[in-house]
Amino acid sequence: MANVEMSEEELRERTRKLLQEVNPDEVDQYTFRGKQWDHGLAMVHFPEGLGGLGLNPKMQAIVNDELRQGAKTFYEDLNVNPIGIGMGAPVVLTYGTDEMKKTLIKRIFTGEDIWCQLFSEPGAGSDVAGLSSRAVRDGDDWVVNGQKVWTTLAHISKWGMLVSRTNPDLPKHKGMSYFLLDMEAPGVDVRPLYQITGEAEFNEVFLNDVRIPNEYMLGEEGDGWKVAITTLMNERTALGGGSGRKGGGPIGILQSLWKSNADKHSKTAKAVLRDQITQLYIKGELLRLTSQRARAAAKSGNPGPEGSVGKLAQAELYKKIWECGLEVLGPEALVYEPGYELRRPEAEERRDSLTYAKYQFLRSRANSIEGGTSEIMRNILGERVLGLPGEPRVDKDVAWKDVPRGG
Amino acid sequence: MDFAFTDEHEELRQTVRRFLEGKSDEQAVRSLMATDSGYSEEVWTQMAEQMALQAMVVPEAHGGAGFGPVELSIVTEEMGRSLLCAPYLSTAVFAVNALVQAGSDEAQGEILPAIAAGQSVATVALVDAGKGWEVEEVSTKAEADGGAWRLTGNKSYVLDGHIADVILVAARTDDGIGLFRVEPGADNLKRELTPTLDTTRKLASIELSGTQATRVDKGGDQTAALSRAVALTTIALAAEQVGGAQMCLELSTEFAKTRMQFGRAIGSFQAIKHRCADMLVEVEFAKSAAYYAAFRASESDDDNEILAAAAIAKSYCSEAYFDITNATIQVHGGMGFTWEHPAHLYFKRAKSSAALFGDPLEHRERLADHLGL
Ligand SMILES: Cc1cc2nc3c(=O)[nH]c(=O)nc-3n(C[C@H](O)[C@H](O)[C@H](O)COP(=O)(O)OP(=O)(O)OC[C@H]3O[C@@H](n4cnc5c(N)ncnc54)[C@H](O)[C@@H]3O)c2cc1C
Repeated sequence: MANVEMSEEELRERTRKLLQEVNPDEVDQYTFRGKQWDHGLAMVHFPEGLGGLGLNPKMQAIVNDELRQGAKTFYEDLNVNPIGIGMGAPVVLTYGTDEMKKTLIKRIFTGEDIWCQLFSEPGAGSDVAGLSSRAVRDGDDWVVNGQKVWTTLAHISKWGMLVSRTNPDLPKHKGMSYFLLDMEAPGVDVRPLYQITGEAEFNEVFLNDVRIPNEYMLGEEGDGWKVAITTLMNERTALGGGSGRKGGGPIGILQSLWKSNADKHSKTAKAVLRDQITQLYIKGELLRLTSQRARAAAKSGNPGPEGSVGKLAQAELYKKIWECGLEVLGPEALVYEPGYELRRPEAEERRDSLTYAKYQFLRSRANSIEGGTSEIMRNILGERVLGLPGEPRVDKDVAWKDVPRGG
Repeated sequence: MDFAFTDEHEELRQTVRRFLEGKSDEQAVRSLMATDSGYSEEVWTQMAEQMALQAMVVPEAHGGAGFGPVELSIVTEEMGRSLLCAPYLSTAVFAVNALVQAGSDEAQGEILPAIAAGQSVATVALVDAGKGWEVEEVSTKAEADGGAWRLTGNKSYVLDGHIADVILVAARTDDGIGLFRVEPGADNLKRELTPTLDTTRKLASIELSGTQATRVDKGGDQTAALSRAVALTTIALAAEQVGGAQMCLELSTEFAKTRMQFGRAIGSFQAIKHRCADMLVEVEFAKSAAYYAAFRASESDDDNEILAAAAIAKSYCSEAYFDITNATIQVHGGMGFTWEHPAHLYFKRAKSSAALFGDPLEHRERLADHLGL
């Protein structure tokens, strides 16, 4: 039940009680976050009994603020289980059975079960609805064959959110279904993909005769697109929130880089860079404030297409911030300490702000691609928010099997 | 801080919008911008009598509504949307803020009730010829002459300075900056209408050569108080820019939906659609900047914080507004370049309001100092 009456002070008090009961500096992540969940302080906009208190989502910031103040250890959702918390939990809450809600969401929040998103395929990225992996019904199961790609965290995931084609004779948006896939099931083969940074955050995932019990379909057969949209909108909101604190996040690091490097620059370069950093600071602030405004406006429930404002702006801004970071470093930008040997993401790149800036300069190239490219965000804003007409389509009312596809 | 508007705020916005749609449509704007006075006395009176708009930030003790920066910004945003031609920024924003921040009780009691009642047009002459918008840069001299004062200097870009009946002047005394009042009919006072890039807003130059004046401030150096008044005015101006920017986004989107080329609406071409999407992002950011500054200014009394918020708002909203009006012309094609289409009115307003009260670079320089960059 919505519990809109709870005041900020009551929520703070409740958080302090949690900290009295368990100290995150003394117990492990799973224990602490499990208790946080039990107290309804995990995702306050979730229902009571499911990690929340039915509050406005913006009130989570109050809990986090109190947690940061009350202990040294603070777990960022984005480090614990970015895809599970940002997308898995909301989609289970919206479409899962009561049983799934009870068994899956808490483990998502604690990080015991890492989640991944199996949407993109070699032939279907922006046009994810064009995907060609196939799920065929066999008794009480579905049997899935196909290949997924760019699957972040698949190598350590317990659950995958999978979209697959269940009826190729229908137009593409209508013939897909949405499944929760146990990544430990036979036939799931995960292989690392080497990226621009030298790391492999993501993977290609081959699905060979993988069996999924019918009850792990979310929504009805053919509802795959609708369920996927819920997932994607949550992803975009998760990727467009900016930094929670004034002057925090990437812009804070740029400022500190500037402080230690400003004097290396000529008078003109100094003036130009100083103005550039100020412009980036302003945009960083406005990104933070815009997402704060959006959260205040969205009373509850799943986010709408407006989430694309923050997603687009953040992607473009962060790329610029790290580009500026390299300008600030000057010739120091010639050196890349971590090297490019294939490895899984690790703390190395985050060792100090200098290396981190160089790493992020490379990593941020993905910001305008992952979770929907900036071009796709502009299409969404143009069509879904401003109401501009779509492009002439060649694939809309045609059976999926008759739509032209490249390699 | 939770900068969400209340239902009362929304109601204020709707009422002002309805009023301005009736009184400041495009035709009214075009006929007033062609006049020297630049406003309709009839509408000015109605604004006061029906809506108490000039009274917004006048304290209740002086016949005002006693509202703050948030409510004022709602009003100026709507005025920016409709390009209202009226001495509002000069009178109800800058002059009122200057008097409330720096004016003596006596001067406030004398001047503010008439402003609130819509019976006065007031202005502040701040910028000296060849100088910038910082209060410290004021160079017009004020010399004591018995009980009165004499002012000497040349003031530029005085909002509605050619028609104001209350002329406030920032001038330098031996112990800092003071606020003075000169009578419109005083000897040795020359006021001249400046031909402006943006004819919807009138500016004047004022020549003071030993002109007699009365001191109207609280006494002592008023640099800090006047700087605060300038910051508050800047914040209201940023909201005005947001209103214009939002209107241009709407004009462009509407046109892109209906104009057909190559057998389809031009809004279905990504080059146009993506430009509109970028405009939307800019409008949203500009709103965040302007609203945050207004809420900050109404809750904080830390001058540095207000100045920083004003710098962010003025810098970002100026550039966003200009970019959006520029895009509006482009989206409209040849039509956007004509005199008949309103795009140029917004375009000129955008450029002129960017230059008023410090351009984006100046504001960013100030912010950079504030951040210790
Ligand atoms: C770091 C990273 C992590 C990722 N993690 C995941 C994950 O965990 N799970 C997952 O499912 N996917 C993931 N992705 C995949 C991501 O969602 C896709 O890469 C993205 O949607 C783009 O698809 P694509 O790579 O096939 O490019 P394409 O769709 O082929 O796009 C190529 C270019 O064409 C443009 N384009 C395409 N269509 C249009 C159009 N209609 N209008 C205008 N321009 C268009 C694009 O904007 C882009 O510039 C990840 C990607 C990255 C980079």
